[in-house]
Amino acid sequence: MAKTKATRPEAGRPVRKIGFRQRLGRWDVKLSPYLYVSPFFIVFAVVGMFPLLYTAYVSMFDWHLLGGKGEFVGLGNYEFILGQHNFWVAMRNTLSIFVISSVPQVTAAIGIAWVLDANIRAKTFWRMGVLLPYVVAPVAVSVIFSRMFADQFGLVNSVLGGIGIDPIRWHADPLASHFVISVMVWYRWTGYNTLICLAAMQAVPRDLYEAAVIDGASKAKQFFSVTIPQIRPTIIFVIITATIGCLQIFDEPRMYDQFGQGGSDHQWMTATLYLYQLGWNQEMNFGRAASVAWLLFMVIGVIAVFNFALTRRIASDSPDHSAKVRKTAKTRGAVKR
Amino acid sequence: MKPPKTLESIPAIEQAYGKSIANAARRRRQRLTTTGAGRRPGWLTYAVLAVVLAASAFPLWYTFLLGSADAAYISQHAIPSMIPQGKFITNMGRVLAADIKFWQALLNSVIVSALTAVSVIFFSTLAGYSFAKLRFRGRNQLLVFVIATMAIPTQLGIVPLFMVMSKLGWQGQLQAVIVPGMVTAFGVFWMTQYLQAALPYELIEAARVDGCSMIRTFWHVAMPASRPAAAMLGLFTFVGTWTNFFWPFIVLGSTNPTLPVATQLLQAQYFKDYSLIMAGVLMATAPLVFVFVAAGKQLVSGIMHGAVKG
Repeated sequence: MAKTKATRPEAGRPVRKIGFRQRLGRWDVKLSPYLYVSPFFIVFAVVGMFPLLYTAYVSMFDWHLLGGKGEFVGLGNYEFILGQHNFWVAMRNTLSIFVISSVPQVTAAIGIAWVLDANIRAKTFWRMGVLLPYVVAPVAVSVIFSRMFADQFGLVNSVLGGIGIDPIRWHADPLASHFVISVMVWYRWTGYNTLICLAAMQAVPRDLYEAAVIDGASKAKQFFSVTIPQIRPTIIFVIITATIGCLQIFDEPRMYDQFGQGGSDHQWMTATLYLYQLGWNQEMNFGRAASVAWLLFMVIGVIAVFNFALTRRIASDSPDHSAKVRKTAKTRGAVKR
Repeated sequence: MKPPKTLESIPAIEQAYGKSIANAARRRRQRLTTTGAGRRPGWLTYAVLAVVLAASAFPLWYTFLLGSADAAYISQHAIPSMIPQGKFITNMGRVLAADIKFWQALLNSVIVSALTAVSVIFFSTLAGYSFAKLRFRGRNQLLVFVIATMAIPTQLGIVPLFMVMSKLGWQGQLQAVIVPGMVTAFGVFWMTQYLQAALPYELIEAARVDGCSMIRTFWHVAMPASRPAAAMLGLFTFVGTWTNFFWPFIVLGSTNPTLPVATQLLQAQYFKDYSLIMAGVLMATAPLVFVFVAAGKQLVSGIMHGAVKG
């Protein structure tokens, strides 16, 4: 009892004057937490939030790299951009590359993770092997693959020729160029996502599999009815990060040839590359570049919402332990085995 | 959902019920667990993994093959011999002599990546410590905000960011790349997750009772406790900064390049000579491959560790 009193002098005694040191100590306790988290918020506000919002402001002006801020043009920049053939080409390319690069990447990541989840020998060796491409810069990946998939005298076309397939114009043909850029994305990111999925799979309780075996589930059935539903949050995470990354893709298309214009006919020019060209390369028009940034931002937002809805739908189609899902299953009258 | 019930381990069974029971349990489990950790992989598994490994390594080997040949050889052999030609050292010399400021780019990359990594470690640990272990009003809301910012494509704010940097006179200066990456949402989230589990309140209390101020408590208790996670975070930040191209390309340009920017210069200027370009690409990639060989194990466990908790 005496001890408690000693540590709490104010209890049951007349209020003493608090010394300067003590007051300092109290402020220390109260303010320090905010002080410690403040660097993130300051940096985010200055280099993240402010530029993003200010982009909307810039997009309303006739603003140039060298000349600076000019006249207010309202939605004029947007009108101009939406009337540009190149903008629509860039959007088409971005979405095309997004679809080709993301879907097989996530699928392959889940598949390879499932293979790695077995009780294999030399685990760390295989895992490191899968992750190796992660340390190769996208710029380097693009230079390497650009050469491997050269239209003339490239490695891939020569190999294809060896087995009797006509050479494919990997650079000249839009869809083929999107494919190669997607291959670069697969190369660099599949391993990384594989390890994320693998980690999630290893957290799946093993007795769920045992129960499935006892119920007579085949391996494929186990994969689709136990593994996939169990790692669903991770799959959603991987899909969301892949989406945001793929839609802003710049390095790979920029380096796919030495000119960096997205091809002679803009066949692989992505939205971010278009933004760069408007702002820094040809017109040096920041107002227009900013309006492209905002348009792309909105597209990403729409796709993110769509993604979210879709993954929720997938979620409610698979057997789950949550009450809500069970209720839906009941109302449908569907019994899943 | 109930917490998953884990089976008793075989040694535990042996201790409790004796050897024969343990053996029976082991046999039964091997029969039952046809998937997951107990699954015995066949040759097909290894074949699949070997293909994946080959696909990972081949582009780098191909780069080395071209980088160790000369232009004449490359123009005659679309499919290079799988044995290197042995001109790599010569090509390296040509890359160093080329007009891309290779040494400066290497030094810049080291400076930018190292400083960014150190800064991210420090500020993320500080914020993570605060979120994980200190009590203050609005803590949960702020943490949710931090996590939400990860989904914002801040790269799209590049136009005003560039304006700010030119106003400050930082265009072409390394701080223009370092400062925006000083602390990341991912880092804060990562350290919060780790410190929540790894740092007992007792240690903090003990330090406080001994009269440590808040910042000394952080420095002498939280910092040492966070070391494993901080090392992984530093590694990731280092790799991420080293391979970053878009922003350094815009704000640094050819006057003060990092290695990816120098790679772009090399490709633009010597696009006819692939032996030179590939040697340069390999030289720009090699430092990270060495880091990977030395610390890849940590990278792997870092990704897996973060994924389970995230």
